[in-house]
Formats: sequence, C-alpha cells, structure tokens
Amino acid sequence: MGNYNSLKERIIKFLFSVTGAIALLTLLGIFIFLFTTGIKAFTQISGAEFFIGREWNPTAYQEPKWGILGLIVSTVMITFGSLIIAVPLGIAAAIYLSEIAKPGVRETVKPIIEMIAGIPSVVLGLLGILFLAPAIAKLFNLNSGLNALTSSIIVGVMVLPTIVSISEDVLRSLPKEFREAGLALGATKWQMIRMTLLPAGISGLAAAVLLGLGRAIGETMVVLMVAGNSRAMPTSFFDPIRPITANIAIEIKEVVKDSLHYQTLFAMGLVLFGLTFLINFISDLIIQRQVRKYQW
Amino acid sequence: MKKYFVAIVLSLIILTAGCSSQQGVTGAAVGETVKSIEVLEVKGSDTMVQLVSTLAEEYTQFDPATRMTVTGGGSGTGIAALINGEADVADSSRAMKEKEITQAKEAGITPYEFIIGRDMLSVVVNQDNPVSELTLAQISSIFKGEITNWEEVGGNNQKITLYGRQSTSGTYVFFMEEAVKGDYSPKMRNLEGSQAIVEAVKQDQSAIGYDGLGYVIDENSRILKGIKAIKIAKDQNSKYLSPLDLSNQAEYPLSRLLYQYFAKKPEKGSALYNFLRFELSEKGQEIVTKTGFLPTTQADQKHNEALLN
Repeated sequence: MGNYNSLKERIIKFLFSVTGAIALLTLLGIFIFLFTTGIKAFTQISGAEFFIGREWNPTAYQEPKWGILGLIVSTVMITFGSLIIAVPLGIAAAIYLSEIAKPGVRETVKPIIEMIAGIPSVVLGLLGILFLAPAIAKLFNLNSGLNALTSSIIVGVMVLPTIVSISEDVLRSLPKEFREAGLALGATKWQMIRMTLLPAGISGLAAAVLLGLGRAIGETMVVLMVAGNSRAMPTSFFDPIRPITANIAIEIKEVVKDSLHYQTLFAMGLVLFGLTFLINFISDLIIQRQVRKYQW
Repeated sequence: MKKYFVAIVLSLIILTAGCSSQQGVTGAAVGETVKSIEVLEVKGSDTMVQLVSTLAEEYTQFDPATRMTVTGGGSGTGIAALINGEADVADSSRAMKEKEITQAKEAGITPYEFIIGRDMLSVVVNQDNPVSELTLAQISSIFKGEITNWEEVGGNNQKITLYGRQSTSGTYVFFMEEAVKGDYSPKMRNLEGSQAIVEAVKQDQSAIGYDGLGYVIDENSRILKGIKAIKIAKDQNSKYLSPLDLSNQAEYPLSRLLYQYFAKKPEKGSALYNFLRFELSEKGQEIVTKTGFLPTTQADQKHNEALLN
C-alpha cells in the first residue's frame, strides 16, 4: 500500500489521463468543426454585413439578408433581463440561507432550490406559454405575452439555483473569524453581512453571477417557446425577441448541408461559443483569485 | 493489489463480451430487416403531418412488413432531409423551389413529385374581431406591415398582431409567395407548428394568422371555437370566398396542392409504391377529407399516374 509507483496507481493514473484527454479532444473537435464550417460563410458575405447588419432573413421573398445584430441584441436582452431578476433574488436567498436560516431550514430549502435546476426547460416553457404569458399580457395590457420580459423571467428562474447554490457556498466558506470580528466590534448582523461578508466574498459572488450568465446565454428551449421569435430589432422588453440560440434551433432543420445558410448558422454558433467561453474563462479566473485570497 | 488487477481484467472481459454479443444481436436484426421489413422515413410539412400519420397507420395495418415513421418540422425541413439523404419521402405543402431542385441535383438526386390532396390555406382572426372579409391586397399589406391597425380594413381601432410560421414551414413560403408577394413584416411572431397559430389567435383579439384548413376546422368541417376564417377575394371586383365551403376550391385564391417528393422513382411492388397507391385509393382519399383537406382532382390523378406507371 502507499507505493506511488504500484501497478494500481499507474493504471488509475492512465485511465484518468485518458478521460481527461477525451474531454479535451472533444472540446477541441467541436471548436475545429464549428470554426472550419462557420468561417466559410465569410467567403460569400462580409463580416460587416454579418455582424452589424440589422436584418436577418435568409428565406426572403427576393434578396436574403444576413445581419445578426438583432439576434445579438436579443441574446443580450434576455441574458441581462434574466440576471436583473435572478441576481438580487439569488444573492439575497444565499445570504438568508448561509447567515440567517437555522440549519434545519437550510438543509431543506437549499436542496429544494437546487431541484429547480432539474426541471426540464420544456416544462418551464410550457408553464410560460400557458400561465405567465397570458398573465403578463393582461398585466401590461399587451396583445401577446410572448416577449422578452416573459422569457427573461423564466430564464431568470432557471439560473436562480446556480446563483443561490454557489453564492451560499462562497459565503459559508468565509472564515468564522470574519463574522466574530464584525460582531465583536458592535456591528449589527446586517452591518456585519453588508460590510464584512459581502466585500470579502465579492469575487466568489461575481463568479456565481457569471456562471448564471453563461447558462442564460445558452438557454434555447424556453426562448424558443416564449420569446415570440420575430426577426425585428427589439426596442423594448415588451417586444418579441429572437436570440441566437433560438434562431439556430429553428433554422438548422431546413438548411441543406454546406449551403451558405448552413454555414452562417455555424458562424452564429461560433459567436455563441466565443461568448460563453469568454464568460466561463473570466468566472474561472475570478474563482481562482477568491480561493487564493482566503487560503488559511 | 492483485485483487484490483483481477477485477479490472474481469471487467474488461465482461465489457468486450458485452460489445461482441450486442454486435451479434444488431447483426441479426439488420439481416432480418433486409429480408422482410422495409422502413419508410417520411418527414416534412407540419400541415400534413396528421394526415400522413393517419395514412401511414392505416397502410401498415394492411402491410405489416413495412414500418413507417412520420415526422413534421416543416416542408423545408423535409426537403432538406430528402436532399441530405435522411428521409425517403418529403411531405411538402408547397412545390419544391428552383434552388432546392438544383441543390438536389448537385447531391445526385432527381426528385419525383406526387400530389396527395389539396388544401385551402385559411387566414384566421379572433372570433371577436368584426372583420370577416379581406382582399388579397389587404392581406398582403397587413403581413408586410403596411397596414398596422384593424381600423384601416373596417375593424376596431386596435393594433394588428401578426402571427406566422417559422421559415422552415411550407405554409410560410406559400403564403409569402402567393399572398404577401413580398417580405413579411419583421414584427411578425414566428411560431412553431400549425397548432400554435390557432392557439395564439384564440387568445389574442388583435391577431391575424394563417393555417392549413385541416387545423382550423373540426372533424365535422365546422370552424373551431374562438377563431374565424376570413373570406378572401382576389381583388376588389371578385367575390369573397370562404375556405369553409369546400365547393370554392377551384376559385379560392389560396388553394394549394399537398405534395410528396421522393429521391427515386417508386418501383412497382415496393412498399413506397404500394403506399402511394393506398393514398390515392378511395380509403386513402377518405382519410384526406376526414383530416380536413380536399381530395385530389382528376388533373392531379393524371399527374400522379405518370409517376406510378
């Protein structure tokens, strides 16, 4: 036992490196496939037309239009819309769970919140169509509730568990001494949370938000069902939107392999991949900084 | 230590044994398929998916050696699948486009066309909307986004909300080419599937949408609750015709054909050939009528015979 070079260790080490390599190769393969297919689109349309064209209409009556700006704006709207809903709620819930709730309450409530993550997005989308959209339409006196607001609320609910769960872990991992020192100085509980814990955990909380953001950007099913999907450039949260994910999901079915339309959808996928990759990368950096800062 | 090694080796053996026995099973199944069971993959139009599913169900009762799968997704989806070699039959509620035929030929496929029935594409509004007649020109302006208030076509002072299908849909393309004759307003909400249009129009007083006849009437050919089918005139001097009166078929401005396309000519005796014969039979055409569509005309039958003989 304990011999590092024993056969068992070597086999296990080998198996783990193989699985690690498979994960890495898969990622690389996906990226290469996306890149080589997506980049071909730019032999026929210019980058400027693609990125800042305001109109996307590949199945036009006469002249197809290939601008994805409206789709990007939609993606940004639903991402930030959902975060505006999920971040305050999520962090408040995390503070409650970590600092205020009794252990018994915490042990029951946290798994329940995490269970939201297990609800299939189709089901949430269905709830959105049947209940939330008509309610929103009534509340704001709109003709139809299939719009950016409704989809933001639902995606907000979907990213909530990620934010609550990670934020709670971050707060709980802060050393006990922080709390004791704060309280010993005569701070109230709220002052202690606001002036000691939140500043200390800020980078961890930021990472939780960024992970939620990554999830919100990539969400497809819900937006497909409740966002309304019209191609016009959205001007308010009461307008229907068509984020990149929904557009790819809708149109990938009709395209003939290797046509320009097919290539542009992959170019769009590349844009999406780049965005989520960047966000995950940044959140990873932040988490690492947090860990290093408080290693005792 | 030895224990673990034995365990690993054992599990490897079990794994490989599992693989090989599985291969054995699939091998046998494939052999069987070649011998007796023929699989037909049908894909395409959402308008036709109920109709063709029912036809396939009935047909496979007579011919248990054939397995059929019918899926929707839109006419464009079906045609793309046919060109990509992922389907045997493409249902389409519009004729194949010039561009698609070229793409098919580039992929080494000559598509064959078959007509299984007819449809009167219906324009629907909410039941409570006072508007009940429109000319094609008015419909075009509404869907282009030039007319944005119901008042302009004799209705209430209320903004118009446009509902349409996704661009994968044959209905989307047919309506664009035959009614809108231009680009849809980008404000149109694009919904998944024919059913979604009916649901949206039911809930929204300001709505206007379009759908195949089969989706707006019940099995007794009465219009569904909550919606209204607009009577359409070709121009101001023509008669306004309702899609609900089946005798209007010939003159109704948005009459269309329901097609099926194949990558190769159906051979006599093949399951595909027999299925097509069944679709044209009295029983098959009865199903077409029951699902809310119209049977083929003599001209269509003639078009089909050329393919089947």
